[in-house]
Amino acid sequence: MFGPLVSKPKSSRKNKTGSWRIDVKPKFLQKNCIACNMCVQICPENCISGKEKNSYKSDPDFCKGCGLCAFICPKKDIEMVPEGEK
Amino acid sequence: MPETKILYNPGHTACGGCGQAIAARLVIEAAGEKTIVVNNTGCLEVFTTKYPETAWGVPFIHSLFENAGAVASGVESALKFLGKKEGINVIAQAGDGGTADIGLQALSGMWERGHDILSVCYDNEAYMNTGIQRSGLTPFDTNTTTSPSGRESFGNPKMKKPVPEIARAHGIPYVATASVAFTRDMQNKVKKAVSIKGPKYLQIHVPCPLGWRHEGAATVTVARAAVETGLYPIFEYVNGELAAVQKIKPKPVEEYLKLQGRFKHILKSPEQIKKIQDIADNNIKKYGLKLEA
Amino acid sequence: MKKFVEGSYAVAEAVKLCRPGVISAYPITPQTHIVEGLAQFVADGELKAEFVNVESEHSAASTVLGAVATGVRAFTSSSSQGLLLMAEVIFNIAGMRLPLVLACANRAVSAPINIWNDQQDVMTIRDSGWILLFAENIQEVIDLHIQAYRISEDHSIMLPVMVNLDGYILTHGLEVADMPTQEQVDKFLPAYKPLYKLDVNDPMTLGSLAMPEHYMETRIAIQKTLETALELIPKVSSDFKKAFGRECGGLVEAYKIEDAKQVIVAMGSVVGSIKETVDELRSQGKKVGVLKLITYRPFPKEAILNGLKNIPEIAVVDKSISLGSNSPLYTDLTSAFIGQTKIPKISGFVLGLGGRDITKDSIKQVFDKLSGKQVDCEFIDAKKELLEEEYAGN
Repeated sequence: MFGPLVSKPKSSRKNKTGSWRIDVKPKFLQKNCIACNMCVQICPENCISGKEKNSYKSDPDFCKGCGLCAFICPKKDIEMVPEGEK
Repeated sequence: MPETKILYNPGHTACGGCGQAIAARLVIEAAGEKTIVVNNTGCLEVFTTKYPETAWGVPFIHSLFENAGAVASGVESALKFLGKKEGINVIAQAGDGGTADIGLQALSGMWERGHDILSVCYDNEAYMNTGIQRSGLTPFDTNTTTSPSGRESFGNPKMKKPVPEIARAHGIPYVATASVAFTRDMQNKVKKAVSIKGPKYLQIHVPCPLGWRHEGAATVTVARAAVETGLYPIFEYVNGELAAVQKIKPKPVEEYLKLQGRFKHILKSPEQIKKIQDIADNNIKKYGLKLEA
Repeated sequence: MKKFVEGSYAVAEAVKLCRPGVISAYPITPQTHIVEGLAQFVADGELKAEFVNVESEHSAASTVLGAVATGVRAFTSSSSQGLLLMAEVIFNIAGMRLPLVLACANRAVSAPINIWNDQQDVMTIRDSGWILLFAENIQEVIDLHIQAYRISEDHSIMLPVMVNLDGYILTHGLEVADMPTQEQVDKFLPAYKPLYKLDVNDPMTLGSLAMPEHYMETRIAIQKTLETALELIPKVSSDFKKAFGRECGGLVEAYKIEDAKQVIVAMGSVVGSIKETVDELRSQGKKVGVLKLITYRPFPKEAILNGLKNIPEIAVVDKSISLGSNSPLYTDLTSAFIGQTKIPKISGFVLGLGGRDITKDSIKQVFDKLSGKQVDCEFIDAKKELLEEEYAGN
């Protein structure tokens, strides 16, 4: 090993923080979504993606289940459901 | 968005619902990929850069706890020497401890010398990374581990150090506060700041679910209440003059205090609540926060 | 070109020739003329650099750290309290494997506050991974700075280098020295080519948190690099000789030790005085010599053992003390002899703390005492009457 410890972009993606979820996960109903993008904005993990209405979803590999997306959705189109639910 | 262009990647180890994680991402996304980030030691640096992983998609350097202001001065000076500063943003960021306490000297020097750098403070109102100890930005009567409430104490006996006022006193062109409850406003302020030449200071209120004792999902609710009670005034100083404030219909401070375990000990004390209401009222008066009919 | 020059201004000019792009400056006696000299060069347009008047030494070191991390050659200077204040940054720069040159005007350490020369300041950071060079005279001060950048920025090294010059003695002394030309230095010292840097076109993260799984190897890596430096430093010195026509630098310098019965090992300007004393004693028939350490870190164990082969009596003259133990150089030197079949008598002497004058008599005392019983740590020229004073408080 020579030189300083250098890490490159994207490398944090190896750490699948989705394993942190215990109780709940977000369910994107994709019914009344208006594509306001607030869920994308508020997610601390930056794991929500979507473009047109009703196309938004979270990445279960990284979602920690904090519930902020469900809280912020103005159309209540995201629900926190039990982790085991399909 | 192709994965390489993501400036702040998931897989970092922040607590679920962390206000700072939200703000840090929105700041770098607003500043853009042509940004170099200099970060003091603290939660953000620790949870985003545990070797060999990094969440950052922009050049990022962490040195020590108190020297982001000075390291950023060196980065900016180097870019100037290379003739490359134009079009590249330099951000010096830290938590409240790294900004208001141990990092204040380096920031003061940086502001005084007029470097073209945006300094950002992620204000979660205590030394969270080391376990919720009191900082210079811990509010009055807050329960922290080094200002605990007890039989002879209501918690932190001091007011928040007015860092935005200190920044403004340095004569820098742009000083603002923001909150993670108002993400669009926060990002607009970042964009505005990086478009101005010279030193800028942006202080962002970021709830810490662990340290403030609330659910991760309540982060936005808590942050919003801080603003709506007048306890965290949102304002902008442009060239030293108060340019804009976020007007509020003031709510009583209990609406904010009751949301968090760190204030649980004063909820039964009207005397302490009155003192905190006074702080809010002073802010409302000083910054003209009240929305007139 | 030969000039009659003050040591500090010689540092400023030598550094100017090395073309740093960022200089951070915080004043502390006796380094002030170094940063003042550089400020004047920049003000007159003789040196194109960003000159940053920082608000403390901690920030001075942090600023050059940021500059080098961005790919620009940098310089700063400090002394004593300033060096101690920037100590955590000193460790940080080495740990981040950033090349840098820092001129340290060696000065005593507070308390009590004292602005005169000894070497206690640099000793506080000797464990940091920096390469530590010591200059004997103003010519060496000039030449070592130029070599320092070559060593530091070598892709097999990438570690910072501190050039130590004794405060007042060298910083404010005036000597005739040869100042190289810009062309000579440009040919010897190419532009800094970073191996890693902060670049928006190739983003990377520097200064990560290292868990126990990774930290230890970073330290071992620096240790290995410092072993590489033991080979590179003499090479740079010999390249320097080819380019500039004079011997300078390297690990050690032996002066009249071939047939010596007593040899002093020392670093810095005191070696000049020791050489004169050696000459005088030699003229009286005494077989004495001096081994000068130019490089203190990495500790040049093999070069020292070679130089001191068959010398029966060795005295360490140190201008610093590790309180509660012996002087740092004595500790390093004695441990170098562990495992050797023949171990000579080695005595440790501490002189000159707080700027106390070291005269030829002081050095003769050292040689005299070396003939007697072995001592670990004896202070020369200590004032008995002060030591016998009682505390007069009520």
